[in-house]
Amino acid sequence: MTRRSPFTYVLLLLFLIVVLMPAYVLVVTSLKSGSEIGVNGQWNLPTEWTFDSWAKAWSSLRPSFVRTFELAIPVALISSVLGAANGFVLSRWRFPGADVVFTLILFGMFIPYQAVMIPLRQIVQEIGLPPGIPTLVFVHCVYGIPICTLIFRNYYATTVPVELIEASRVDGAGMLRTFGSVIIPLSAPGFVVTIIWQFTSAWNDYLFAIFMSNTRNGPITIALNALAGAQSPDYAASMAGALIASLPTLLVYIVLGRWFIGGLMAGSVKS
Amino acid sequence: MTTRNSARRRAKVRRWAPGLLLLSPSLVLLGVFVYGLIGWTLKLSLSDEHDALGSKGFVGLTNFVDLFTNDINGRFTHSLKNLLVFTVVFIAGALLLGVVWALLLERGVRGEGFFRAVYLFPMAVSFVASGVVWRWLMNSGTGDQAGGLNRIFHDLHLGFLENPWWTDPDWGMAAMALPAIWQLSGYVMALFLAGFRGIPAELREAAQVDGASTYRLYRHVIFPQLTPTALSALILLGHMSMKMFDLIMSVSGAQWITEVPAVYVWQTLLTSDYAKAAAISIVLLVLVAIVIVPYLVYNNRVERRS
Repeated sequence: MTRRSPFTYVLLLLFLIVVLMPAYVLVVTSLKSGSEIGVNGQWNLPTEWTFDSWAKAWSSLRPSFVRTFELAIPVALISSVLGAANGFVLSRWRFPGADVVFTLILFGMFIPYQAVMIPLRQIVQEIGLPPGIPTLVFVHCVYGIPICTLIFRNYYATTVPVELIEASRVDGAGMLRTFGSVIIPLSAPGFVVTIIWQFTSAWNDYLFAIFMSNTRNGPITIALNALAGAQSPDYAASMAGALIASLPTLLVYIVLGRWFIGGLMAGSVKS
Repeated sequence: MTTRNSARRRAKVRRWAPGLLLLSPSLVLLGVFVYGLIGWTLKLSLSDEHDALGSKGFVGLTNFVDLFTNDINGRFTHSLKNLLVFTVVFIAGALLLGVVWALLLERGVRGEGFFRAVYLFPMAVSFVASGVVWRWLMNSGTGDQAGGLNRIFHDLHLGFLENPWWTDPDWGMAAMALPAIWQLSGYVMALFLAGFRGIPAELREAAQVDGASTYRLYRHVIFPQLTPTALSALILLGHMSMKMFDLIMSVSGAQWITEVPAVYVWQTLLTSDYAKAAAISIVLLVLVAIVIVPYLVYNNRVERRS
């Protein structure tokens, strides 16, 4: 490790303060009592600490908080399984034209979803999916296929040697056997990345949520926006709500940060 | 000869078929829900389905021409202008901060992991949640009514910095880009850190042996190596910017002053003007595709060469 000048650390600390400033505001404001939310002393610590706003936010967010778990967990699991299967075929059980198919799959993760949203609303009604969470689980799984496929394809291409597949073939194992007994046991790191990624995207999604659900059956982003979006919002409760809505993904980030970054880097396509 | 050929073909099919079979559920889903629905939207955009009563027929490109030439108050071109201002400020800001952070961290500083984790943490938070606090920070009140960031400027006697943020009719979208910069600079940093790490150490050592200054080392040896990284970052940020919806909805809500095409689609849909909403969506899709398709094709080629 080379020694860096104090100037480097001064800069790093300055940026640290800038990045953490919104977090400071969120925490401090959420712990203030209503009489302290005025214009004066906005940036000060509360003179009287109270969890009243947290209680208020929690009581209005709780149902959607639970619903968002019912959304994000199945989404994370289902799209990861689909991604693993696709990633395996496209990296280690390739067929002619696999590259073109892969590129066509990838395009699906970059499209502005508005370009499918209008007929999508119609089609899920016609399929008969119950509105709210079941519909959202379905659409997140479908539109999560590209990123999960990408992550697993890159993962298998860099960690599973071709020789291993060949050996399994020579032993007479078919594709499903090879996938099930050779590949899946090696896939844990890939699953961690896709599960985290899909959990976070589903949890934080607002676009699909606003098009396909409402405050009564939708996820937490919808409820939070209803709580915070009023013309003159209760800032203390809004900020407590924003923190509550962020806790699960922040926790995932803090505990499993390394893999979170893995998913992030996969978004840049290259392995 | 022919029997041997067909036998070989059959063997090949037997070899590929299971793979295709495993892939097929995803291919069907994406075929229908990405390409099929895009086709449906396109068809809708060429129709006159302007209310819930359904379409009477095909009108060609009329809806698109109307968007550009005949929209009330030039609403669509106004949303494109907003998008342009937002995109330029967002990309420039996020690239600049991300590269600076990566430069500060790339040669190893004490506590590197900690700084990296903090700089990147906004990525884990939804735009809806961060929008709550940015709405508070970018309070448009000034003077004695100053709140949020303006309050700090006011109290530090930097009154000239107080400004109306996103409520400014001309440059408000530049302020709207600030939360996006805050949220995504860490991502750019992560991309560039990976880029820096990918440069062989011998290259740096050779330059140092040759007596190159730090400036020349970066300018002539390291930065040229990072062109692909910069290109990726530019394209990823660019396409995110064009799709920006959550942030704007949560900071300002849907309103004229901050409207971008992604929000305009939603607003149009609320009035049941399906054909117009579809036309805006298609324009948005084309804008994104212009950026993304060459990138995907390029990546595909690079990979095949290696």
